[in-house]
Amino acid sequence: MTTSIDFAALGVFVGFFALVTVMGFWAARWRQPASLASLDEWGLGGRRFGTWITWFLVGGDFYTAYTVIAVPALVYAVGAYGFFALPYTIIVYPFVFAVMPALWRAAKREGHVTAPDVVYAKYRWRPLELAIAATGVIATMPYIALQLVGMATVFKALGLAGELPLVIAFVILAVYTYSSGLRAPALIAFVKDIMIYIAVIAAVAVIPSKLGGYGAVFAAADSAFQAKGSGGLLLAPSQFVPYATLALGSALAAFMYPHTLTGIFASASANTIRKNAILLPAYTLLLGLLALLGYMGHAAHLNVTNNNDVVPALFQVLFPGWFVGFAFAAIAIGALVPAAVMSIGAANLFTRNFWKPYVNQDVSPDGEARVAKIASLVVKVGALLVILLLPTRFALDLQLLGGVWILQTLPAVIFALFLPWPKASALFSGWLVGFGSGTYLAIADGVKPLHTVAIGASAITAYTGLWALLLNVGTVVVVTIAIRLLSPKGQAGAP
Amino acid sequence: MERQPNPLITAALLLIPYAGLLCVPLYNSRDPQILGFPFFYWYQLLWIPLTVLLTWVAYRRVRHDDQY
Repeated sequence: MTTSIDFAALGVFVGFFALVTVMGFWAARWRQPASLASLDEWGLGGRRFGTWITWFLVGGDFYTAYTVIAVPALVYAVGAYGFFALPYTIIVYPFVFAVMPALWRAAKREGHVTAPDVVYAKYRWRPLELAIAATGVIATMPYIALQLVGMATVFKALGLAGELPLVIAFVILAVYTYSSGLRAPALIAFVKDIMIYIAVIAAVAVIPSKLGGYGAVFAAADSAFQAKGSGGLLLAPSQFVPYATLALGSALAAFMYPHTLTGIFASASANTIRKNAILLPAYTLLLGLLALLGYMGHAAHLNVTNNNDVVPALFQVLFPGWFVGFAFAAIAIGALVPAAVMSIGAANLFTRNFWKPYVNQDVSPDGEARVAKIASLVVKVGALLVILLLPTRFALDLQLLGGVWILQTLPAVIFALFLPWPKASALFSGWLVGFGSGTYLAIADGVKPLHTVAIGASAITAYTGLWALLLNVGTVVVVTIAIRLLSPKGQAGAP
Repeated sequence: MERQPNPLITAALLLIPYAGLLCVPLYNSRDPQILGFPFFYWYQLLWIPLTVLLTWVAYRRVRHDDQY
Protein backbone atom coordinates (compact mmCIF):
# COMPACT_ATOMS: atom_id res chain seq x y z
CA MET A 1 0.00 0.00 0.00
CA THR A 2 1.08 3.58 -0.57
CA THR A 3 2.87 5.28 2.25
CA SER A 4 3.53 8.66 0.61
CA ILE A 5 1.21 11.43 1.79
CA ASP A 6 -1.81 12.16 -0.39
CA PHE A 7 -2.60 15.80 0.39
CA ALA A 8 -6.19 15.72 -0.87
CA ALA A 9 -6.88 12.78 1.44
CA LEU A 10 -5.04 14.36 4.35
CA GLY A 11 -6.81 17.72 3.88
CA VAL A 12 -10.30 16.17 3.95
CA PHE A 13 -9.29 13.99 6.88
CA VAL A 14 -7.98 16.88 8.98
CA GLY A 15 -11.02 19.01 8.07
CA PHE A 16 -13.50 16.45 9.40
CA PHE A 17 -11.38 15.79 12.45
CA ALA A 18 -11.39 19.51 13.24
CA LEU A 19 -15.17 19.62 12.77
CA VAL A 20 -15.86 16.90 15.34
CA THR A 21 -13.39 18.45 17.76
CA VAL A 22 -15.39 21.68 17.71
CA MET A 23 -18.60 19.68 18.10
CA GLY A 24 -17.11 17.78 21.05
CA PHE A 25 -16.46 20.98 22.97
CA TRP A 26 -19.72 22.62 21.91
CA ALA A 27 -21.65 19.52 23.08
CA ALA A 28 -21.50 20.79 26.68
CA ARG A 29 -24.10 23.39 25.64
CA TRP A 30 -26.23 20.99 23.65
CA ARG A 31 -29.59 20.49 25.43
CA GLN A 32 -27.91 22.38 28.24
CA PRO A 33 -29.04 21.46 31.74
CA ALA A 34 -28.89 23.85 34.70
CA SER A 35 -25.64 22.12 35.66
CA LEU A 36 -23.48 19.36 34.18
CA ALA A 37 -22.11 18.60 37.64
CA SER A 38 -23.82 15.25 38.35
CA LEU A 39 -23.42 11.74 36.99
CA ASP A 40 -26.94 11.85 35.54
CA GLU A 41 -25.91 14.79 33.38
CA TRP A 42 -22.19 14.18 32.72
CA GLY A 43 -22.36 10.39 32.57
CA LEU A 44 -25.82 9.81 31.09
CA GLY A 45 -26.58 13.02 29.19
CA GLY A 46 -29.55 13.71 31.47
CA ARG A 47 -31.31 10.40 30.59
CA ARG A 48 -33.25 12.23 27.93
CA PHE A 49 -31.97 10.72 24.69
CA GLY A 50 -34.91 9.86 22.46
CA THR A 51 -35.18 7.25 19.74
CA TRP A 52 -32.95 8.89 17.14
CA ILE A 53 -30.18 10.11 19.41
CA THR A 54 -30.06 6.67 21.03
CA TRP A 55 -29.98 5.03 17.62
CA PHE A 56 -26.97 7.08 16.56
CA LEU A 57 -25.25 6.76 19.95
CA VAL A 58 -25.64 3.00 20.41
CA GLY A 59 -24.98 2.37 16.71
CA GLY A 60 -21.92 4.57 17.03
CA ASP A 61 -20.45 2.84 20.04
CA PHE A 62 -21.45 -0.76 19.33
CA TYR A 63 -20.20 -0.86 15.72
CA THR A 64 -16.74 0.48 16.45
CA ALA A 65 -13.81 1.55 14.27
CA TYR A 66 -12.09 -1.64 15.20
CA THR A 67 -15.10 -3.56 13.84
CA VAL A 68 -14.82 -1.70 10.55
CA ILE A 69 -11.16 -2.74 10.27
CA ALA A 70 -11.15 -6.17 11.91
CA VAL A 71 -14.29 -7.85 10.54
CA PRO A 72 -13.28 -7.46 6.86
CA ALA A 73 -9.71 -8.40 7.87
CA LEU A 74 -10.92 -11.66 9.42
CA VAL A 75 -13.14 -12.41 6.41
CA TYR A 76 -10.17 -11.69 4.12
CA ALA A 77 -8.07 -14.14 6.11
CA VAL A 78 -10.46 -17.02 6.83
CA GLY A 79 -13.64 -16.50 4.78
CA ALA A 80 -17.09 -17.63 5.95
CA TYR A 81 -16.01 -18.14 9.57
CA GLY A 82 -15.36 -14.39 9.90
CA PHE A 83 -19.04 -13.76 9.18
CA PHE A 84 -20.10 -14.91 12.68
CA ALA A 85 -20.33 -11.18 13.41
CA LEU A 86 -23.47 -11.11 11.24
CA PRO A 87 -25.65 -13.63 13.15
CA TYR A 88 -24.17 -12.17 16.36
CA THR A 89 -25.35 -8.64 15.59
CA ILE A 90 -28.79 -9.90 14.50
CA ILE A 91 -29.69 -12.11 17.47
CA VAL A 92 -28.45 -9.51 19.93
CA TYR A 93 -31.55 -7.36 19.30
CA PRO A 94 -34.35 -9.71 20.38
CA PHE A 95 -32.30 -10.05 23.59
CA VAL A 96 -32.08 -6.26 23.94
CA PHE A 97 -35.83 -6.00 23.30
CA ALA A 98 -36.67 -8.57 25.96
CA VAL A 99 -34.19 -7.60 28.70
CA MET A 100 -33.02 -4.01 28.46
CA PRO A 101 -36.35 -2.19 29.04
CA ALA A 102 -36.55 -3.90 32.45
CA LEU A 103 -32.98 -2.86 33.27
CA TRP A 104 -33.72 0.72 32.22
CA ARG A 105 -36.85 0.83 34.39
CA ALA A 106 -34.99 -0.47 37.44
CA ALA A 107 -32.26 2.13 36.92
CA LYS A 108 -34.58 5.06 36.24
CA ARG A 109 -36.86 4.31 39.17
CA GLU A 110 -34.05 4.46 41.71
CA GLY A 111 -31.55 6.72 39.96
CA HIS A 112 -28.97 4.03 39.16
CA VAL A 113 -26.19 4.77 36.70
CA THR A 114 -24.57 1.34 36.25
CA ALA A 115 -25.59 -2.33 36.10
CA PRO A 116 -23.88 -3.16 39.44
CA ASP A 117 -25.95 -0.34 41.00
CA VAL A 118 -29.07 -2.25 39.99
CA VAL A 119 -27.69 -5.55 41.27
CA TYR A 120 -26.67 -3.98 44.59
CA ALA A 121 -30.12 -2.45 45.04
CA LYS A 122 -31.62 -5.92 44.67
CA TYR A 123 -29.28 -7.88 46.92
CA ARG A 124 -27.60 -5.28 49.18
CA TRP A 125 -24.33 -7.23 49.10
CA ARG A 126 -21.18 -5.29 48.22
CA PRO A 127 -18.86 -8.12 47.04
CA LEU A 128 -21.23 -9.01 44.18
CA GLU A 129 -21.52 -5.37 43.15
CA LEU A 130 -17.75 -4.96 43.20
CA ALA A 131 -17.18 -8.14 41.18
CA ILE A 132 -19.50 -6.97 38.40
CA ALA A 133 -18.10 -3.44 38.39
CA ALA A 134 -14.47 -4.58 38.34
CA THR A 135 -15.23 -7.02 35.51
CA GLY A 136 -16.78 -4.18 33.52
CA VAL A 137 -13.76 -1.93 33.96
CA ILE A 138 -11.11 -4.52 33.07
CA ALA A 139 -13.13 -5.78 30.08
CA THR A 140 -13.49 -2.23 28.76
CA MET A 141 -9.85 -1.13 29.00
CA PRO A 142 -8.54 -3.37 26.17
CA TYR A 143 -11.62 -2.48 24.11
CA ILE A 144 -10.57 1.19 24.26
CA ALA A 145 -7.04 0.15 23.33
CA LEU A 146 -8.38 -1.60 20.22
CA GLN A 147 -10.06 1.61 19.09
CA LEU A 148 -6.57 3.10 19.09
CA VAL A 149 -5.39 0.21 16.93
CA GLY A 150 -8.17 1.06 14.45
CA MET A 151 -7.19 4.71 14.45
CA ALA A 152 -3.48 3.90 14.10
CA THR A 153 -4.26 1.77 11.03
CA VAL A 154 -5.77 4.69 9.12
CA PHE A 155 -3.07 7.12 10.32
CA LYS A 156 -0.47 4.74 8.92
CA ALA A 157 -2.39 4.45 5.63
CA LEU A 158 -2.53 8.25 5.39
CA GLY A 159 1.25 8.31 5.63
CA LEU A 160 1.31 9.89 9.10
CA ALA A 161 4.28 8.16 10.65
CA GLY A 162 5.02 7.73 14.32
CA GLU A 163 2.84 7.79 17.40
CA LEU A 164 2.37 11.54 17.72
CA PRO A 165 -0.87 11.78 15.62
CA LEU A 166 -2.43 9.09 17.80
CA VAL A 167 -1.42 10.86 21.01
CA ILE A 168 -2.76 14.21 19.75
CA ALA A 169 -6.10 12.70 18.66
CA PHE A 170 -6.50 10.98 21.98
CA VAL A 171 -5.61 13.99 24.09
CA ILE A 172 -8.21 16.06 22.23
CA LEU A 173 -10.77 13.31 22.80
CA ALA A 174 -9.89 13.11 26.49
CA VAL A 175 -10.29 16.85 26.99
CA TYR A 176 -13.70 17.22 25.38
CA THR A 177 -15.04 14.07 27.03
CA TYR A 178 -13.87 15.54 30.32
CA SER A 179 -15.75 18.78 29.76
CA SER A 180 -18.89 17.62 27.89
CA GLY A 181 -19.42 14.05 29.16
CA LEU A 182 -21.75 11.75 27.23
CA ARG A 183 -23.15 14.66 25.24
CA ALA A 184 -19.88 14.81 23.24
CA PRO A 185 -19.92 11.28 21.77
CA ALA A 186 -23.73 11.47 21.35
CA LEU A 187 -23.40 14.55 19.18
CA ILE A 188 -20.33 13.32 17.28
CA ALA A 189 -22.06 9.97 16.66
CA PHE A 190 -24.41 11.73 14.22
CA VAL A 191 -21.47 12.78 12.05
CA LYS A 192 -19.59 9.50 12.48
CA ASP A 193 -22.50 7.23 11.60
CA ILE A 194 -23.60 9.24 8.56
CA MET A 195 -20.01 9.25 7.30
CA ILE A 196 -19.61 5.49 7.84
CA TYR A 197 -22.92 4.83 6.02
CA ILE A 198 -21.78 6.95 3.06
CA ALA A 199 -18.33 5.33 2.93
CA VAL A 200 -19.62 1.75 3.15
CA ILE A 201 -22.53 2.23 0.76
CA ALA A 202 -20.18 3.84 -1.78
CA ALA A 203 -17.76 0.96 -1.31
CA VAL A 204 -20.29 -1.84 -1.77
CA ALA A 205 -21.95 -0.06 -4.70
CA VAL A 206 -18.83 1.06 -6.57
CA ILE A 207 -16.17 -1.53 -5.83
CA PRO A 208 -17.94 -4.64 -7.24
CA SER A 209 -18.64 -2.82 -10.52
CA LYS A 210 -14.90 -2.09 -10.80
CA LEU A 211 -14.09 -5.70 -10.00
CA GLY A 212 -16.67 -7.39 -12.27
CA GLY A 213 -19.70 -7.79 -9.99
CA TYR A 214 -20.40 -9.76 -6.81
CA GLY A 215 -20.19 -13.10 -8.63
CA ALA A 216 -16.61 -12.27 -9.62
CA VAL A 217 -15.80 -11.05 -6.09
CA PHE A 218 -16.93 -14.34 -4.53
CA ALA A 219 -15.17 -16.37 -7.24
CA ALA A 220 -11.89 -14.48 -6.70
CA ALA A 221 -12.09 -15.06 -2.95
CA ASP A 222 -12.88 -18.74 -3.51
CA SER A 223 -9.83 -19.30 -5.71
CA ALA A 224 -7.62 -17.34 -3.28
CA PHE A 225 -8.70 -19.63 -0.41
CA GLN A 226 -8.13 -22.73 -2.56
CA ALA A 227 -4.67 -21.52 -3.56
CA LYS A 228 -3.87 -20.84 0.09
CA GLY A 229 -5.29 -24.19 1.21
CA SER A 230 -7.20 -22.72 4.16
CA GLY A 231 -10.40 -20.77 4.66
CA GLY A 232 -13.32 -20.86 2.27
CA LEU A 233 -16.64 -19.40 1.18
CA LEU A 234 -18.47 -21.98 3.28
CA LEU A 235 -17.86 -23.35 6.76
CA ALA A 236 -16.18 -26.70 7.35
CA PRO A 237 -18.42 -29.01 9.41
CA SER A 238 -15.97 -28.67 12.31
CA GLN A 239 -16.70 -24.92 12.33
CA PHE A 240 -20.49 -25.21 12.75
CA VAL A 241 -20.56 -25.25 16.54
CA PRO A 242 -17.76 -22.67 16.95
CA TYR A 243 -19.59 -20.34 14.52
CA ALA A 244 -22.94 -20.64 16.31
CA THR A 245 -21.55 -20.45 19.85
CA LEU A 246 -19.33 -17.46 19.06
CA ALA A 247 -22.40 -15.68 17.65
CA LEU A 248 -24.57 -16.57 20.65
CA GLY A 249 -21.92 -15.87 23.29
CA SER A 250 -20.98 -12.53 21.74
CA ALA A 251 -24.66 -11.54 21.49
CA LEU A 252 -25.27 -12.31 25.17
CA ALA A 253 -22.11 -10.44 26.19
CA ALA A 254 -22.57 -7.37 23.97
CA PHE A 255 -25.00 -5.49 26.20
CA MET A 256 -23.19 -6.33 29.42
CA TYR A 257 -20.32 -3.99 28.49
CA PRO A 258 -20.40 -0.63 30.28
CA HIS A 259 -20.40 1.34 27.01
CA THR A 260 -23.47 -0.33 25.52
CA LEU A 261 -25.26 -0.17 28.90
CA THR A 262 -24.46 3.54 29.13
CA GLY A 263 -26.42 3.99 25.89
CA ILE A 264 -29.30 2.03 27.41
CA PHE A 265 -29.36 3.97 30.70
CA ALA A 266 -29.15 7.30 28.83
CA SER A 267 -32.38 6.55 26.92
CA ALA A 268 -35.44 8.64 27.65
CA SER A 269 -37.79 5.68 28.14
CA ALA A 270 -38.11 1.90 28.03
CA ASN A 271 -39.95 2.34 24.78
CA THR A 272 -36.98 4.19 23.27
CA ILE A 273 -35.03 0.96 23.82
CA ARG A 274 -37.72 -1.25 22.27
CA LYS A 275 -37.89 0.97 19.20
CA ASN A 276 -34.12 0.83 18.92
CA ALA A 277 -34.14 -2.95 19.04
CA ILE A 278 -36.19 -2.69 15.85
CA LEU A 279 -34.15 0.12 14.24
CA LEU A 280 -30.56 -0.81 15.16
CA PRO A 281 -30.35 -3.83 12.79
CA ALA A 282 -29.88 -1.27 10.01
CA TYR A 283 -26.28 -1.10 11.25
CA THR A 284 -26.05 -4.88 11.01
CA LEU A 285 -26.91 -4.66 7.32
CA LEU A 286 -24.07 -2.18 7.00
CA LEU A 287 -21.75 -4.56 8.87
CA GLY A 288 -22.73 -7.49 6.64
CA LEU A 289 -21.93 -5.48 3.53
CA LEU A 290 -18.75 -4.18 5.10
CA ALA A 291 -17.58 -7.73 5.83
CA LEU A 292 -17.69 -8.38 2.08
CA LEU A 293 -14.85 -5.86 1.68
CA GLY A 294 -12.65 -8.75 2.82
CA TYR A 295 -13.57 -10.68 -0.35
CA MET A 296 -13.22 -7.57 -2.48
CA GLY A 297 -9.65 -7.42 -1.20
CA HIS A 298 -9.03 -10.75 -2.92
CA ALA A 299 -10.78 -9.63 -6.11
CA ALA A 300 -8.61 -6.49 -6.20
CA HIS A 301 -5.49 -8.68 -5.71
CA LEU A 302 -4.33 -6.65 -2.74
CA ASN A 303 -1.03 -7.63 -1.25
CA VAL A 304 -1.03 -6.61 2.40
CA THR A 305 1.44 -7.54 5.10
CA ASN A 306 -1.13 -7.09 7.89
CA ASN A 307 -4.74 -8.23 7.36
CA ASN A 308 -5.92 -5.08 9.15
CA ASP A 309 -4.66 -3.06 6.17
CA VAL A 310 -7.23 -4.61 3.78
CA VAL A 311 -9.91 -1.93 4.22
CA PRO A 312 -7.60 1.11 3.99
CA ALA A 313 -5.70 -0.42 1.06
CA LEU A 314 -8.93 -1.20 -0.81
CA PHE A 315 -10.11 2.40 -0.50
CA GLN A 316 -6.71 3.73 -1.59
CA VAL A 317 -6.59 1.52 -4.67
CA LEU A 318 -10.14 2.14 -5.85
CA PHE A 319 -11.15 5.66 -4.79
CA PRO A 320 -9.87 9.20 -5.47
CA GLY A 321 -7.81 10.88 -2.76
CA TRP A 322 -10.51 13.15 -1.36
CA PHE A 323 -12.89 10.20 -0.81
CA VAL A 324 -10.09 8.18 0.79
CA GLY A 325 -9.66 11.05 3.25
CA PHE A 326 -13.42 11.05 3.91
CA ALA A 327 -13.57 7.29 4.51
CA PHE A 328 -10.49 7.32 6.75
CA ALA A 329 -11.93 10.22 8.74
CA ALA A 330 -15.11 8.15 9.17
CA ILE A 331 -13.05 5.29 10.62
CA ALA A 332 -10.96 7.51 12.90
CA ILE A 333 -14.02 9.37 14.19
CA GLY A 334 -15.60 5.94 14.49
CA ALA A 335 -12.88 5.19 17.04
CA LEU A 336 -13.50 8.37 19.04
CA VAL A 337 -17.19 7.77 19.77
CA PRO A 338 -16.83 4.30 21.34
CA ALA A 339 -13.59 5.26 23.10
CA ALA A 340 -15.40 8.22 24.71
CA VAL A 341 -18.47 6.19 25.73
CA MET A 342 -16.31 3.33 27.02
CA SER A 343 -14.26 5.65 29.21
CA ILE A 344 -17.45 7.29 30.52
CA GLY A 345 -18.99 3.87 31.25
CA ALA A 346 -15.85 2.76 33.10
CA ALA A 347 -15.71 6.08 34.97
CA ASN A 348 -19.35 5.71 36.06
CA LEU A 349 -18.54 2.22 37.41
CA PHE A 350 -15.49 3.44 39.29
CA THR A 351 -17.41 6.34 40.83
CA ARG A 352 -20.61 4.54 41.77
CA ASN A 353 -19.35 1.10 42.69
CA PHE A 354 -15.90 1.80 44.09
CA TRP A 355 -15.48 5.45 45.14
CA LYS A 356 -18.90 5.84 46.71
CA PRO A 357 -19.05 2.62 48.77
CA TYR A 358 -15.37 2.41 49.78
CA VAL A 359 -13.87 5.91 49.74
CA ASN A 360 -16.50 8.53 50.36
CA GLN A 361 -20.02 7.39 51.15
CA ASP A 362 -21.32 10.94 51.46
CA VAL A 363 -20.05 12.10 48.08
CA SER A 364 -22.31 14.79 46.59
CA PRO A 365 -23.70 14.60 43.02
CA ASP A 366 -21.23 17.32 42.14
CA GLY A 367 -18.39 15.34 43.71
CA GLU A 368 -19.45 12.19 41.81
CA ALA A 369 -19.16 14.03 38.52
CA ARG A 370 -15.70 15.30 39.48
CA VAL A 371 -14.46 11.82 40.38
CA ALA A 372 -15.90 10.36 37.16
CA LYS A 373 -14.30 13.03 34.98
CA ILE A 374 -10.86 12.29 36.40
CA ALA A 375 -11.47 8.52 36.18
CA SER A 376 -12.35 8.90 32.48
CA LEU A 377 -8.99 10.61 31.91
CA VAL A 378 -7.09 7.89 33.79
CA VAL A 379 -8.84 5.12 31.83
CA LYS A 380 -7.96 6.74 28.50
CA VAL A 381 -4.35 7.40 29.44
CA GLY A 382 -4.09 3.76 30.56
CA ALA A 383 -5.37 2.52 27.20
CA LEU A 384 -2.99 4.84 25.36
CA LEU A 385 -0.01 3.58 27.37
CA VAL A 386 -0.99 -0.04 26.68
CA ILE A 387 -0.90 0.66 22.95
CA LEU A 388 2.29 2.73 23.01
CA LEU A 389 4.31 0.52 25.35
CA LEU A 390 3.07 -3.04 24.85
CA PRO A 391 2.75 -5.16 21.69
CA THR A 392 -0.67 -4.98 19.97
CA ARG A 393 -1.02 -8.72 20.60
CA PHE A 394 -1.41 -7.93 24.31
CA ALA A 395 -4.46 -5.71 23.75
CA LEU A 396 -6.00 -8.27 21.37
CA ASP A 397 -5.52 -11.09 23.89
CA LEU A 398 -6.97 -8.99 26.71
CA GLN A 399 -9.93 -8.04 24.52
CA LEU A 400 -10.62 -11.72 23.88
CA LEU A 401 -10.43 -12.48 27.60
CA GLY A 402 -12.58 -9.38 28.24
CA GLY A 403 -15.39 -10.93 26.19
CA VAL A 404 -15.20 -14.13 28.27
CA TRP A 405 -15.15 -12.09 31.49
CA ILE A 406 -18.02 -9.72 30.74
CA LEU A 407 -20.24 -12.68 29.81
CA GLN A 408 -19.85 -13.93 33.40
CA THR A 409 -21.72 -10.87 34.70
CA LEU A 410 -24.84 -11.86 32.75
CA PRO A 411 -26.42 -14.23 35.35
CA ALA A 412 -26.21 -11.66 38.18
CA VAL A 413 -27.87 -8.95 36.07
CA ILE A 414 -30.54 -11.21 34.57
CA PHE A 415 -31.38 -12.89 37.88
CA ALA A 416 -31.56 -9.54 39.68
CA LEU A 417 -34.07 -8.31 37.11
CA PHE A 418 -36.27 -11.32 36.54
CA LEU A 419 -35.67 -14.16 39.01
CA PRO A 420 -34.28 -12.86 42.31
CA TRP A 421 -34.45 -16.27 44.02
CA PRO A 422 -30.70 -17.07 44.08
CA LYS A 423 -28.75 -15.69 47.01
CA ALA A 424 -26.16 -13.02 46.26
CA SER A 425 -23.45 -15.38 47.50
CA ALA A 426 -24.60 -17.99 44.96
CA LEU A 427 -24.38 -15.43 42.13
CA PHE A 428 -20.96 -14.40 43.39
CA SER A 429 -19.79 -18.03 43.45
CA GLY A 430 -21.06 -18.46 39.90
CA TRP A 431 -19.21 -15.35 38.77
CA LEU A 432 -16.03 -16.57 40.47
CA VAL A 433 -16.22 -20.02 38.88
CA GLY A 434 -17.09 -18.60 35.44
CA PHE A 435 -14.38 -15.95 35.57
CA GLY A 436 -11.75 -18.35 36.85
CA SER A 437 -12.56 -21.26 34.56
CA GLY A 438 -12.98 -19.03 31.49
CA THR A 439 -9.63 -17.35 32.10
CA TYR A 440 -7.90 -20.65 32.78
CA LEU A 441 -9.32 -22.42 29.70
CA ALA A 442 -8.63 -19.49 27.36
CA ILE A 443 -5.03 -19.11 28.55
CA ALA A 444 -4.39 -22.87 28.62
CA ASP A 445 -5.54 -22.98 24.97
CA GLY A 446 -3.03 -20.26 24.07
CA VAL A 447 -5.50 -17.35 24.40
CA LYS A 448 -7.89 -18.76 21.83
CA PRO A 449 -11.67 -18.21 21.93
CA LEU A 450 -12.52 -21.90 21.42
CA HIS A 451 -12.24 -24.81 23.81
CA THR A 452 -12.82 -28.50 23.11
CA VAL A 453 -14.65 -30.60 25.67
CA ALA A 454 -14.78 -34.37 25.34
CA ILE A 455 -18.24 -35.72 26.19
CA GLY A 456 -18.17 -39.49 26.02
CA ALA A 457 -16.77 -40.51 22.66
CA SER A 458 -17.46 -37.20 20.96
CA ALA A 459 -15.70 -33.87 21.39
CA ILE A 460 -17.43 -30.50 21.18
CA THR A 461 -15.50 -27.36 20.32
CA ALA A 462 -17.34 -24.21 21.34
CA TYR A 463 -16.81 -20.62 22.50
CA THR A 464 -14.88 -20.66 25.78
CA GLY A 465 -17.01 -17.85 27.23
CA LEU A 466 -20.12 -19.99 26.80
CA TRP A 467 -18.51 -23.02 28.49
CA ALA A 468 -17.60 -20.74 31.40
CA LEU A 469 -21.15 -19.36 31.46
CA LEU A 470 -22.52 -22.91 31.75
CA LEU A 471 -20.26 -23.55 34.76
CA ASN A 472 -21.28 -20.15 36.14
CA VAL A 473 -25.04 -20.82 35.96
CA GLY A 474 -24.55 -24.40 37.17
CA THR A 475 -22.71 -23.08 40.23
CA VAL A 476 -25.47 -20.52 40.93
CA VAL A 477 -28.10 -23.27 40.89
CA VAL A 478 -26.10 -25.73 43.01
CA VAL A 479 -25.06 -23.15 45.62
CA THR A 480 -28.59 -21.76 45.86
CA ILE A 481 -30.02 -25.23 46.46
CA ALA A 482 -27.27 -26.02 48.97
CA ILE A 483 -27.94 -22.82 50.93
CA ARG A 484 -31.67 -23.49 51.01
CA LEU A 485 -31.20 -27.07 52.16
CA LEU A 486 -28.59 -26.24 54.79
CA SER A 487 -30.09 -23.13 56.32
CA PRO A 488 -32.71 -23.75 59.01
CA LYS A 489 -36.19 -22.47 58.21
CA GLY A 490 -36.80 -18.83 59.05
CA GLN A 491 -33.13 -17.86 58.89
CA ALA A 492 -32.96 -16.92 55.23
CA GLY A 493 -31.61 -13.45 55.96
CA ALA A 494 -27.94 -14.10 55.10
CA PRO A 495 -26.72 -12.99 51.66
CA MET B 1 -61.55 -5.35 29.49
CA GLU B 2 -59.04 -5.69 26.67
CA ARG B 3 -57.47 -9.12 26.33
CA GLN B 4 -53.71 -9.16 26.87
CA PRO B 5 -51.71 -10.94 24.15
CA ASN B 6 -50.15 -14.20 25.31
CA PRO B 7 -46.56 -13.40 26.45
CA LEU B 8 -45.40 -16.90 25.52
CA ILE B 9 -46.19 -16.22 21.87
CA THR B 10 -44.35 -12.90 22.10
CA ALA B 11 -41.31 -14.72 23.54
CA ALA B 12 -41.54 -17.34 20.79
CA LEU B 13 -41.50 -14.62 18.14
CA LEU B 14 -38.27 -13.27 19.61
CA LEU B 15 -36.67 -16.73 19.68
CA ILE B 16 -37.28 -17.52 16.00
CA PRO B 17 -34.17 -15.64 14.76
CA TYR B 18 -32.02 -17.70 17.15
CA ALA B 19 -33.35 -20.90 15.58
CA GLY B 20 -32.89 -19.58 12.07
CA LEU B 21 -29.31 -18.42 12.57
CA LEU B 22 -27.83 -20.85 15.08
CA CYS B 23 -28.71 -24.01 13.10
CA VAL B 24 -25.69 -23.52 10.87
CA PRO B 25 -26.05 -26.71 8.72
CA LEU B 26 -29.38 -25.30 7.50
CA TYR B 27 -27.65 -22.66 5.44
CA ASN B 28 -24.06 -23.71 4.91
CA SER B 29 -24.43 -24.15 1.16
CA ARG B 30 -23.51 -22.40 -2.06
CA ASP B 31 -26.81 -22.80 -3.93
CA PRO B 32 -29.25 -21.31 -4.68
CA GLN B 33 -27.37 -18.13 -5.48
CA ILE B 34 -28.92 -14.67 -5.84
CA LEU B 35 -27.11 -11.84 -7.68
CA GLY B 36 -23.83 -13.69 -7.31
CA PHE B 37 -24.30 -14.15 -3.53
CA PRO B 38 -23.97 -17.77 -2.35
CA PHE B 39 -26.89 -19.00 -0.18
CA PHE B 40 -24.80 -18.79 3.02
CA TYR B 41 -24.51 -15.03 2.62
CA TRP B 42 -27.94 -13.93 1.42
CA TYR B 43 -29.71 -16.24 3.84
CA GLN B 44 -28.03 -14.56 6.82
CA LEU B 45 -28.54 -11.08 5.38
CA LEU B 46 -32.22 -11.94 4.85
CA TRP B 47 -32.55 -12.56 8.59
CA ILE B 48 -31.97 -8.86 9.22
CA PRO B 49 -35.36 -7.75 7.77
CA LEU B 50 -37.01 -10.93 9.12
CA THR B 51 -35.78 -10.19 12.65
CA VAL B 52 -36.90 -6.58 12.35
CA LEU B 53 -40.34 -7.78 11.29
CA LEU B 54 -40.62 -10.31 14.13
CA THR B 55 -39.44 -7.75 16.70
CA TRP B 56 -41.92 -5.23 15.35
CA VAL B 57 -44.76 -7.74 15.75
CA ALA B 58 -43.55 -8.40 19.30
CA TYR B 59 -43.49 -4.63 19.87
CA ARG B 60 -47.11 -4.37 18.85
CA ARG B 61 -47.99 -7.07 21.36
CA VAL B 62 -46.40 -5.52 24.47
CA ARG B 63 -47.58 -2.54 26.48
CA HIS B 64 -45.31 0.37 25.86
CA ASP B 65 -46.84 3.20 27.78
CA ASP B 66 -44.55 2.44 30.74
CA GLN B 67 -42.62 5.40 32.04
CA TYR B 68 -40.90 3.41 34.79
